[in-house]
Amino acid sequence: MKRADIVKTLLLVLVTGWFLVLIMVPVFGIMQEAIKFGLANVLSSLMTPHARHAFLLTFWITVAAVVINSIFGIILAVVLVKQNFKGKLFIEGLLDLPFAVSPVVAGFMFIILFGPQGLIGSWFEGQGIKIIYALPGMIIATLFVTLPFVAREVMPVLRESGLEQEEAAYVLGASRWQAFWRVTLPSVKWGLIYGVTLTVARAIGEFGAVIVVSGNIINRTQTVPLHIHQEFTDFNYGGAYSAALLLAVISFTLLITLQTIYRRTDRV
Amino acid sequence: MGIQVKDISKYFGKFCAVDNVSFEVAEGELVALLGPSGSGKSTILRIIAGLEIPDSGEVFITGRDVTTLTAQQRKVGFVFQHYALFKHMTVQKNIAFGLEIQKRPKKKIAEKVDELLNLVKLQGYEKHYPAQLSGGQRQRVALARTLATEPAVLLLDEPFGSLDLKVRQNLAAWLKELHVKLHITSVFVTHDQSEAIEISDKIVVINRGKVEQVGNAHGVYEYPESRFVASFIGQVNVIDAFVQGSKIVIKDTSIAMDNKGSDTPDGSEIVLLVRPEDIMLQENPGLNALPCRIKQIHYRGSFYELDIELGEILIKAIENKNSFMKDNWNEDRPVFIEFKKYKVFDIREGHGAVREQLRQLGYIE
Repeated sequence: MKRADIVKTLLLVLVTGWFLVLIMVPVFGIMQEAIKFGLANVLSSLMTPHARHAFLLTFWITVAAVVINSIFGIILAVVLVKQNFKGKLFIEGLLDLPFAVSPVVAGFMFIILFGPQGLIGSWFEGQGIKIIYALPGMIIATLFVTLPFVAREVMPVLRESGLEQEEAAYVLGASRWQAFWRVTLPSVKWGLIYGVTLTVARAIGEFGAVIVVSGNIINRTQTVPLHIHQEFTDFNYGGAYSAALLLAVISFTLLITLQTIYRRTDRV
Repeated sequence: MGIQVKDISKYFGKFCAVDNVSFEVAEGELVALLGPSGSGKSTILRIIAGLEIPDSGEVFITGRDVTTLTAQQRKVGFVFQHYALFKHMTVQKNIAFGLEIQKRPKKKIAEKVDELLNLVKLQGYEKHYPAQLSGGQRQRVALARTLATEPAVLLLDEPFGSLDLKVRQNLAAWLKELHVKLHITSVFVTHDQSEAIEISDKIVVINRGKVEQVGNAHGVYEYPESRFVASFIGQVNVIDAFVQGSKIVIKDTSIAMDNKGSDTPDGSEIVLLVRPEDIMLQENPGLNALPCRIKQIHYRGSFYELDIELGEILIKAIENKNSFMKDNWNEDRPVFIEFKKYKVFDIREGHGAVREQLRQLGYIE
């Protein structure tokens, strides 16, 4: 075997091994534990009120995060790519802050800000609206940790396609709104879809920021990851494995579906 | 009147991209905006289309003042340099775009798209995406898309700039044909003087944001009004010289010729601009024949190009194939040349600046 071939083989073994150890083995482990637990038991532990509530809550938080961050992410990307203003680089740098800051730290930030004694929270408290230890706080925390995904995925696509296509739409008689819907948005479609996928994946899995702001109240403010953690600390391993398995299956299905569509369409 | 541009200026920050430009385009005329890159010609075109807002000045299209109208309202036809086709739409959808915006009936749109596909010779490509087309095909789709809404004027920004030479020549000839057929008032931007000479009715030469000269191809080529025009349109030799009595003496030599057609005062430094094809070779000394030496002969297919040493200076000459008897003229041979036609420019115009400009354009080293 030639030297280059040996290097190639070694690299392939390394990559596959890394992938197996870090991803496949843990997934397999969860599956095995859940199966050991028994299918009937898996289903019944997923049907408990706690579990059902957790999945429903995660679903709504994810929907809110996707809708709000898609709209805001696209606006952010359009502004950052197509407009020139002072402090643009600063905002672009700040955009990655949610990736850099520990989610737990972010959660505490929101408690300080929106808590009953907090700067903004005390005002809402006066209006009878609870933010922290309630759904609004959990949505805000999830929005924070998923903020960069859509914007970060849409920006390069937007930058690459440039201004000309929109200008072409204008000279052909399109209004700004028409140009956006018919030209800009379709041209960033794949960036948007990818950004949304990442947002969903992160939103359904977020633990740190959410546990801090939610107060982790069973049947009230427990999302699926919090529920899994609860079951785990209660030594109810079967329940933890079942919920974990379902969560993993949802994430995997999402990613695989996306990849399949992406490969099937000729991306022109 | 097709298009009238009146005293428009445009600054980008402190840089003056368009400096008080005025010109007119008659109805049905095909006009070239010709200039080097960065001369402001594209900006002028974009101002006409409403894609840039001038800092001052007015734009009229078919007699109507459109200065305050947006691009959407002006509805001129604009063909972008890089086509700007909608990548996610098929050829058919691209062409139909303007008509769909106008909410024309579906049947009418389909008919018009068919008609245009025919016109640009792209039948059978309806369902293709821009990425599946060649450069020339994309350019034709861009043109069809623009023509679909039947604009009163057609603006083309470097329409053939990013195409291969052969495709460019074909497409340029085809555009000319199309213009003859449709007779739509058209302005196109180009940095390629041969393209401008070949297909336009009128050339507006732009340099540093200003109009240098307006005229037809013949006028601009044969009677340049400025040094810039002379050097930018066609090839030209730039020869330093000075006036001595009734003679013009080539700088750094004792070679002299009669000073005719120039009223520059004695002793002033001048620049001679001589086109290569205006240099005549002769075997024997004559009245105004300058002694020199053939350094190299290049065969160029339909003509010969010669490097000629005039004292220390190297100049280029072009000789017609038939009249050039290669056997007689060989390299290293002393010969005499006469300038059939030349242009004298006074150095007072700012010699250094002009030379710098010519250097940037690649006309001199």
